[in-house]
Amino acid sequence: MPGAAIRASHLACIVICLATFSAANAAHAQSLVADLSKRLVAITAGFAGTDVLLFGAVEGEGDIVIVVRGPDRPVTMYRKSRVLGIWVNTAQMTFQRAPSFYAIATSKPIREIAPDVVRARHEMGTDALRLGLPTAKASPNVARDWRRGLIRNFQRNGLYGKEVGSVTFLGNKLFRVELRLPANVPTGAYQVMTYLLKDGRVVSAQTMPLFVSKIGAEAYVFDFARQHAAYYGLIAIVIALMAGWLAHLAFRKG
Amino acid sequence: MQIYLPIAEMSVNVFLILGMGGAIGFLSGLFGVGGGFLMTPLLIFIGVPPAVAVATEANQIVASSVSGVLAHWRRGNVDFKMGSVLLVGGIAGSTFGVGLFSILRGLGQIDLVISLSYVIFLGIVGMLMLVESLRTMRQRKATAGKRRKLHQHTWIHGLPLKTRFRRSKLYISALMPLAIGFFVGVLSAIMGVGGGFIMVPAMIYLLGMPTAVVIGTSLFQIIFVTANVTFLQAYANQTVDVVLAILLLTGAVIGAQFGARAGARLHGEQLRGLLAVMVLAVCGKLFFDLLVTPVDLYSLGVAH
Repeated sequence: MPGAAIRASHLACIVICLATFSAANAAHAQSLVADLSKRLVAITAGFAGTDVLLFGAVEGEGDIVIVVRGPDRPVTMYRKSRVLGIWVNTAQMTFQRAPSFYAIATSKPIREIAPDVVRARHEMGTDALRLGLPTAKASPNVARDWRRGLIRNFQRNGLYGKEVGSVTFLGNKLFRVELRLPANVPTGAYQVMTYLLKDGRVVSAQTMPLFVSKIGAEAYVFDFARQHAAYYGLIAIVIALMAGWLAHLAFRKG
Repeated sequence: MQIYLPIAEMSVNVFLILGMGGAIGFLSGLFGVGGGFLMTPLLIFIGVPPAVAVATEANQIVASSVSGVLAHWRRGNVDFKMGSVLLVGGIAGSTFGVGLFSILRGLGQIDLVISLSYVIFLGIVGMLMLVESLRTMRQRKATAGKRRKLHQHTWIHGLPLKTRFRRSKLYISALMPLAIGFFVGVLSAIMGVGGGFIMVPAMIYLLGMPTAVVIGTSLFQIIFVTANVTFLQAYANQTVDVVLAILLLTGAVIGAQFGARAGARLHGEQLRGLLAVMVLAVCGKLFFDLLVTPVDLYSLGVAH
């Protein structure tokens, strides 16, 4: 029963967390403590996405906002228009930086918790994302269309959360949320930000790193293909030649 | 059972890929074609990035061509001299093609060029085959068939660098096979195909080679051209997914054996007619996709 084992370990984590929380609380009245069930997501041969449990506790009343973001990368986008009846990429735009993964979870609808200013400052929600779009290149209207296009595309790939996940409170101190990482999750160093808000202000925040990396044979193949591209190409050819020859031998009689 | 493809960076079902390899292998065994022109669009359709689909399919075709050519070699149906001349053109063409591929990828036009190449060449070849097989079917009913001349003499035979190709019973300019090899090499790199569906008609109708040696010779040069494409794509673009290639070729090799057995029971022109219909169907689907308004006018470019 692996499921039961995992749940038991989560429970243990929460208990330990509670204990540390009480200790920390006694020390300097820290109002937010959170942790992840794992800090490393390993992409192995059988990887088909995974869940990471985020759990924690708060002191007093408040709402929780959790933001998960993958490493920032430049993104090139294209826009199609009709040329001679067929659809062709006719315009191009490069965003200097956009998170390669983005998800948000809250304990109440985000607009009830955080005013626009706070959401913009902490990039809470896809419409608050600061994407490095060179504004000089585009008028505000056009820039907004490109932005929406980018977010829509990432949402379709499952890399930007389409909806806001919900953080559940157990009692009024403990909270937890399952963060879903899909099979096509990009690799790199992620940041998981947990914010505690009271009366529309961030009163406490905690940032945790989360590493997503290829492990084992998959990582080896990927690195080899990048670092020794020529040998990789030759090996690919040799494998194909051998396979073809074996097939010929195996089916010669038939 | 899911498996993570390290280069395509996606998780796929093993049995889906094996099944696709098997089905396309069956068809390629049935019709005696490589099947790249069916497999590459299918891979793109299931979400493999086009650049990875094209490069990986080239790798798979190396394997299927090797097993094919060995069978033809044993029957003496490979014209090595003609194959080598085609190959020189093919290596140059595919090298040029991979370079072109990288440039088009940078410009964001590679998907369009892949689709357009498919529509144009599948359209032409499919139509020609359909007309040809329909005509043959009608003739077979009418007369027992007239004896054709070995080949027609045209302006092609006036070109310099005349060379004798014994196996093919030809005395023609080497420039013509060089040019055909180059052209098919470019297509091979851009479309992720062996190019047999262009090469075979070109050998029969443009060069006038006897049908018996055409398939073997075409396969012989396809091995080297696709190996060149595999190497260059791996080296320049890092888009060859070995895991995907192995899965595909396992399915394809088995499927091809059953296909070849099924094919032995059908008439040549019926086979060609069926193949033509299939080629035109793929062509039609890709053409439709170019015409229909896309789901989203905005799309992501290649990751750097």
